[in-house]
Amino acid sequence: MKRHLISAADLSRGDALLILDTAEELASLADRPIKKLPTLRGRTVVNLFFEDSTRTRISFEAAAKRLSADVINFSAKGSSVAKGESLKDTALTLEAMGADAVVIRHSASGAAHRLAGWVRGSVVNAGDGTHEHPTQALLDAFTIRRTLKGGTRETGLDGIRVTIVGDVLHSRVARSNVLLLSTLGAEVTLAAPPTLLPLAVDTWPCAVSYDLDSELAKSDVVMMLRVQQERMTDAYFPSVREYSRRYGLDAARMARLPDHAIVMHPGPMNRGVEIAAEVADSARSMIVEQVANGVTTRMAVLYLLLGGTEFPEVAP
Amino acid sequence: MTADHASWLIKGVELVRHGGLEVTDLLLAGGTVTAVEAGLSDADAHVLDAAGLIALPGLVDLHTHLREPGREDAETVETGTRAAALGGFTAVHAMANTEPVADTAGVVEQVWRLGRAAGHCDVQPVGAVTVGLAGTRLAELGTMADSAARVRVFSDDGRCVADPLLMRRALEYVKAFNGVIAQHAQDPRLTEGAQLNEGEVSGRLGLAGWPAVAEEAIIARDCLLAAHVGSALHVCHVSTAGSAEIIRWAKSKGWPVTAEVTPHHLLLTDELAVGYDPVFKVNPPLRTAADVAELRRALADGTIDCVATDHAPHPVEAKETEWSEAAFGMTGLETALRVVQQAMVDTGLLDWPGVADRMSIRPARIGRLAGHGAPLEVGGPANLTLYDPAAPAEAVSPVGASKSRNTPFAGMALPGRVVATFLRGTPTVLDGKLA
Repeated sequence: MKRHLISAADLSRGDALLILDTAEELASLADRPIKKLPTLRGRTVVNLFFEDSTRTRISFEAAAKRLSADVINFSAKGSSVAKGESLKDTALTLEAMGADAVVIRHSASGAAHRLAGWVRGSVVNAGDGTHEHPTQALLDAFTIRRTLKGGTRETGLDGIRVTIVGDVLHSRVARSNVLLLSTLGAEVTLAAPPTLLPLAVDTWPCAVSYDLDSELAKSDVVMMLRVQQERMTDAYFPSVREYSRRYGLDAARMARLPDHAIVMHPGPMNRGVEIAAEVADSARSMIVEQVANGVTTRMAVLYLLLGGTEFPEVAP
Repeated sequence: MTADHASWLIKGVELVRHGGLEVTDLLLAGGTVTAVEAGLSDADAHVLDAAGLIALPGLVDLHTHLREPGREDAETVETGTRAAALGGFTAVHAMANTEPVADTAGVVEQVWRLGRAAGHCDVQPVGAVTVGLAGTRLAELGTMADSAARVRVFSDDGRCVADPLLMRRALEYVKAFNGVIAQHAQDPRLTEGAQLNEGEVSGRLGLAGWPAVAEEAIIARDCLLAAHVGSALHVCHVSTAGSAEIIRWAKSKGWPVTAEVTPHHLLLTDELAVGYDPVFKVNPPLRTAADVAELRRALADGTIDCVATDHAPHPVEAKETEWSEAAFGMTGLETALRVVQQAMVDTGLLDWPGVADRMSIRPARIGRLAGHGAPLEVGGPANLTLYDPAAPAEAVSPVGASKSRNTPFAGMALPGRVVATFLRGTPTVLDGKLA
C-alpha cells in the first residue's frame, strides 16, 4: 500500500481487500465491552478540516481514538487559516508538531495531493473539493460486501451491480466509488441528467444512463448522491421538483428494485429531494450502517497506513 | 547599459536570407547593418566568431507581462527585459493589466520610459481597450496612440472584451490610427470558476472544466465583427484546434485577422495537471495532445502568424498553494526560442527562415513596430539574435533573469542556446550572459 490515501485509484484490488478484511477484524471487536485497542498509542493523528463536516470529522476522530492515537482537531474556522495562512504554512506547522497522519478535508480539488508534498506523515484524503473521498468509497464497499456477500474475507464485489444516482459532476463520493467499486469487480452505472455528468465520462470504468427507471430492476445497490439546491441557479436542472421527479428515489421506484437490493446515501440527505423519507427509513436503507461502518473502515485505514503494532486480538 | 557604440564584426554566421541559410559575415556599426558578405574585415571592430550560429532578426514578443507598475514583487521592466534579452528578444509588447491599468497616456508613457531606461530591449506598451479592463467603456485609445508611447496594439488581456457592441466599436475606432485590437478570447459565462481544459483530465481530477468552445465562440464572433467593420483583429494565445480552424476559415475569406500561439501551448498538455502543481495553471489552459498537434500545424502553415510568450510572472506564494487558489500564468521569455526549436524545427514543421518570420517579422508587423522584424540587410536596423541550435539539450533552470520562477519547463531538457542579442548594433547579451 502507498504511504498516503489520496485517491481510490491508489488502491490495487489487493490493497482494497486488505483494508476491507482488516475492517472486518476490527468490526468483530466493536461488540466487546471495551472497544479501545492500544495499537496506535503515542501516535498523533491530526484532523485538518477546512470545510465544515462534523460527520466525517467525528468518524475519523472516533476511529483514531479507538486505536489509542492522540487526536488533534484543527478546524479552519477561528484558526490562523481564517487569518490568511496558506495551506503550506499550515502543513509546516503540523510537521513541526510531529503529526504521524493528517486527515484533510478541503474545498479545493487536489489539496490532499498538495499537502502530501509538504509533510512527512501519511495523508488521508477526507474529501477534496469535487475530486475524491476514498474512505467513503471504502466504507461503501465494506457495507455492500457485508450486506450482499456476508462480509466474506478476501472476496471482492464481482458481479454486483451498483447504480450511482445524481450529481456525479460535483461529487467526490461518486469519483471514488466508481474507481474503487470497479477495482473490486462491481459493475457500476451512473444515472444522472447529462448536465451533471463530466464531459468525458465515457472514459470512466462504468456505464452511463440518463434514465434511472430503466436501471432499477437490474440494480443490487442504488447509491443516491446529495443534490445541492444551488445547482439549480447554474441551470444544471430546471427545478428541484423536476429533478426529484426524474431522479429522486421514492417508494414507487424502490418497489421496482429486486428484493435483495439495498439503498445507500453518503449523507447528509435532502429528504424529499433525492430520496423520499419512506425510502431513507426503510429496511433496505443502509444509511445508519454506513455511518457505523465508517468508523471501522477508517480504523483499518489508519492502522494500515501507520503500521500499527500490538494487534494480537485480531490474529487470524 | 553599455555606452559602447563600437562596431561589431560577426564572422561565419548562418544568416536567414532569401528563404534559406547562408554562411556570411555581418558588420554592425552605428546601429545598422553596414555590410553583409563573406570575408569581411575591420580592424576597429569587435570580432565575434559565429561559426555554427544562426542569425535571426531580433525576436519580437507581442505578449509580455512586465507587471510594472504595481506588481514589482513579480517582475519589473528592468528584470523582465533582461529575461527578454537573454531569450533573444529585441522588442516586447508590455500588456496593459498592470496596477494601475495602462488605460491612459500617463501609464503607457511611464512604461515606455522605464523600457528606454532599462535598455535591454525595446518596450512597446499595449493600451487597455476599456477603462480599468472593466469591459464597460472605451479607454482613451486615441490619446494613447498619440502619446510618446505611440500605442497601436490595444488589449484587455487577462479579460475578454465580451460585450459584442463594445468590441465592434473598439475595432472600428482604432481604424483612425491603424490600431489593432488583441482579443483575449474567453466567454466569461462559459468559464465561470473554470480551472482546466474540460475533458478527460479535468473530469478525473475534479477540476472545473474550461471548454474549448468558450474560446472558439468568441473568436468566431470577433472574426465576423472584424470583417463587418473592416478593421484589424489579433487573437491572443490561440489554444484549441477549433480556434485554428476558425482562423483558417476567416483568413480564407481575406479578412484582416491575425493570431498568436504561446510556446507552452505548442509543447505541453493538460495531463501535466495530474500532480495539481499550479505551475501548470494558465489562461487559456493547457489543452490536449490533439490540440497541440493542430496548433503546430497551424503555425507551420501560417494560419497562426506568430509565437508570443504570454510571459506571466508570479511570486512564489501565488503558485505554492491549492490549484484553485493559484494564479494563472507561466514565464516564457527565456525559453521561447528553445521551445520553438523543440516543437517546430526539430520536428521538421518549420525551418529557420520560418522561425524568423513567426518570431520576428510577423509579430513586428502585427505590432506596427518600426525598426524591428526587418531582414538583416545592409542599411537595416542591427537588431539580431545569434542562436546555437546544436547546443546539447539542457535542463531548464527555474531560476533565471526573471524575478519569478513559475516556468513550466523547469527540469525539462530543451535544445539550443541564445548566444548573443544585439539591439541597434549594441550587444545586450554576449556568450549567453547579459552584456
